[in-house]
Amino acid sequence: MPEQLVMGNEAIAFGAIKAGVKMVAGYPGTPSTEVLETIAKNNNGNIHVEWSINEKAALEVGAGAAYAGARTLVTMKQVGLNVASDPLMSLNYVGVKGGMVILVADDPGPISSQTEQDTRHYAKFAKMMVFDPSSPKEAYEMIQDAFEYSEKYGEPVFMRPTTRICHGYQTIELSTEAEEREVEGFVKDSDRWVIFPKLSYNNHIKLEKKLVEISEDFNTYRFNTVTGKGTKGIIASGVGYEYVKEVVGDREDIKIFKVATANPFPEKLALEFLEGLDSVLAMEELDPVLEREITYVCGKYNVNAKVYGKLTGHVVNAGELSADKAAESIAEFLGEENVFAANQISAEGAPELPARPPVLCPGCPHRASFYAVKVAMKGKKTRYCGDIGCYTLGNAMPLDMVDTCLCMGAGLTMAQGFAHAEEDVYSFGFIGDSTFFASGMTGVVNAVYNQANITIVLLDNSTTAMTGHQPHPGTGRTMMGDVVNCVDPEMILKGMGVKTVVTADPLDLENAVEVVKKTAEEKGVKAIIFKSPCIAVTKPAQREVIDEDKCINCKKCIKELGCPAIVLKDGKAFIEKSMCFGCSVCETVCPVQAISKAGGDK
Amino acid sequence: MNMNYLLCGVGGQGTVLAAKVLAAAAIAKGEEVKTTETIGMAQRGGSVTSYVRTGYGIHSPIIPLGTADVIIGFEPGEVVRNLKYLKKGGTVVVSTKSVMPVTAALTNSTYNGEEMVEYIKKAAENVIIIDGEKLCNECGSDKVLNVILLGAAIKSGAVGITLEETKDALLKRLPAKLHDLNIKALELGMRG
Repeated sequence: MPEQLVMGNEAIAFGAIKAGVKMVAGYPGTPSTEVLETIAKNNNGNIHVEWSINEKAALEVGAGAAYAGARTLVTMKQVGLNVASDPLMSLNYVGVKGGMVILVADDPGPISSQTEQDTRHYAKFAKMMVFDPSSPKEAYEMIQDAFEYSEKYGEPVFMRPTTRICHGYQTIELSTEAEEREVEGFVKDSDRWVIFPKLSYNNHIKLEKKLVEISEDFNTYRFNTVTGKGTKGIIASGVGYEYVKEVVGDREDIKIFKVATANPFPEKLALEFLEGLDSVLAMEELDPVLEREITYVCGKYNVNAKVYGKLTGHVVNAGELSADKAAESIAEFLGEENVFAANQISAEGAPELPARPPVLCPGCPHRASFYAVKVAMKGKKTRYCGDIGCYTLGNAMPLDMVDTCLCMGAGLTMAQGFAHAEEDVYSFGFIGDSTFFASGMTGVVNAVYNQANITIVLLDNSTTAMTGHQPHPGTGRTMMGDVVNCVDPEMILKGMGVKTVVTADPLDLENAVEVVKKTAEEKGVKAIIFKSPCIAVTKPAQREVIDEDKCINCKKCIKELGCPAIVLKDGKAFIEKSMCFGCSVCETVCPVQAISKAGGDK
Repeated sequence: MNMNYLLCGVGGQGTVLAAKVLAAAAIAKGEEVKTTETIGMAQRGGSVTSYVRTGYGIHSPIIPLGTADVIIGFEPGEVVRNLKYLKKGGTVVVSTKSVMPVTAALTNSTYNGEEMVEYIKKAAENVIIIDGEKLCNECGSDKVLNVILLGAAIKSGAVGITLEETKDALLKRLPAKLHDLNIKALELGMRG
């Protein structure tokens, strides 16, 4: 095929297909999601592709397939690995038969995550290989290598791209061939596949020995390279390497050690790099992993080179790296001018910019749900525990309806903590439909069993909205498009022992408010399911228009809802027709019925 | 010749498609391309920036500060936010229509974009100002601002691709029923 513009995640997917992957399981999470989706779209029918209900399930499904000898890919974002860490920390001791790559996308910034955690630490913690691509093109090759290494050593391996690799595009020539691989099948052997203290002890010894062998092997791995010469060196990995190259170009007077495998660290190659150096700068995204490794090698082999990086304050230690940040650090390290400084326009006299924080979309049913609860509970002492998804944005003014957000599933369980600790509060746990399946259900059982006094608000918009509208068990459709029985949250809640479960349409605002008022007063665990589809999976209704003659300019529609479609025009509320979705919530809010669909575009 | 383009606006305005068209036109000429986007958590309404780099030996997917040859701005405030990326002597194509953020509406802000356009005219050397709202109305669609701005950028001579190359790349990405509309938008953008 000729060169085409390919997203990093797509490149990884095509690489996995080429390597003959047979099983792909994952849970959506930015920036990892498109890997699994791309394999699903290009599936020739031989690959089992599934959105599992969470990362732990995905990894365990994957482990079964890999024990049977299938090449297996498991995908998730970095915080998803926390969920999958339980099977992970045993799987490394047991090992695999079919090659198994655990693709974990890290998110420096963080751009759309709770944390800036670095999966390379997990690689060290779990004593696993980690592959760290520096570009989409390299990722395409590297995922194929990762399967080879996994099978060669009988161990699961990590591939850890960061956001700019996952969501960066590059021109790549892709192959359309897929390796044909037979799945040998599982061979029963309880001494190998059943983890027991004795097996763990024996395998721990083997694993430590393997790590030494692999480090030796990685000294000649094709994407670990040492170039240039001189007394100053830069050790870099991932997109950090590309930033370094952007700054230093083809200069030969600086040594550059590109490390694609942070664990196990290629020690001998590091020594070759250190030869003749008096100082080293480490340029890597997230944590100073390479910096610590190279410092360790210096100590171990008595190399007299000074190491600079995040630990010494010479490179920023939080947020995303960039060519500009790299240029600053490299300029300081080399004692030269910043290569990008000369050509920038001065920002002097720039007017103050309006902030543009993320907000719920116009017409988003979550806005109506939050507003209904807000109106119903006005004047009461409340605790609103939010969760992970678009609806975390319910925290923004003017809704201000998210008091806490911690991690997937925590909303329902934290609400229980508040209810037990503060008996006079109305405690709410908000959770989305996909999150409910991923990690909300156990929290419900906990509430019923421990008699918590909480109101569960399930925001069911029939999709996994934030990560780009993936199907889930409630949608009745799988990733491969199969129509299956819907798993019904209402039946689950009732089956778990929640006595009151009310389903309502949040866009019918008056009824929604009444439902909340009535339900919240009941004792014990009760649930409201606000069911209305995400605007991205449904069509807009007739648009709303403000009748200027009726409008009394109170701006209640703006102040109460914070809908991006309602703006100020010449000091008066005005609905941008290009943005309005016709949800009609503002109609209900207007005290003088000045807003209606009369004359609105269809 | 290596070119760096920065496209910025507000989620939902079509910056990403415009970036893809620029990239596709460069690929059709056999050039290497790297692109990336900075998109906040919001699906709609947040700031969006697309970076397109074409030519040879490109490393960073994001354009370094002071190295953008052209900024194509869908919203004047977003151009001001990204002006630090423009190189001295670079070109800005900007639509005058502002998009007021919810936060601004809540605080009774008078933000209307005029002040932003005035600042851009002072700060950058080559500025092409487009009345995007008027031209969209002429086309009869509020979805073609991206193509109008592409037309204006080509007319400026600052981009490394021709009208024909852009047209080819654009039409390949759109269903046939939208071709006439988009060719009209491209031509209106060229007219300015």
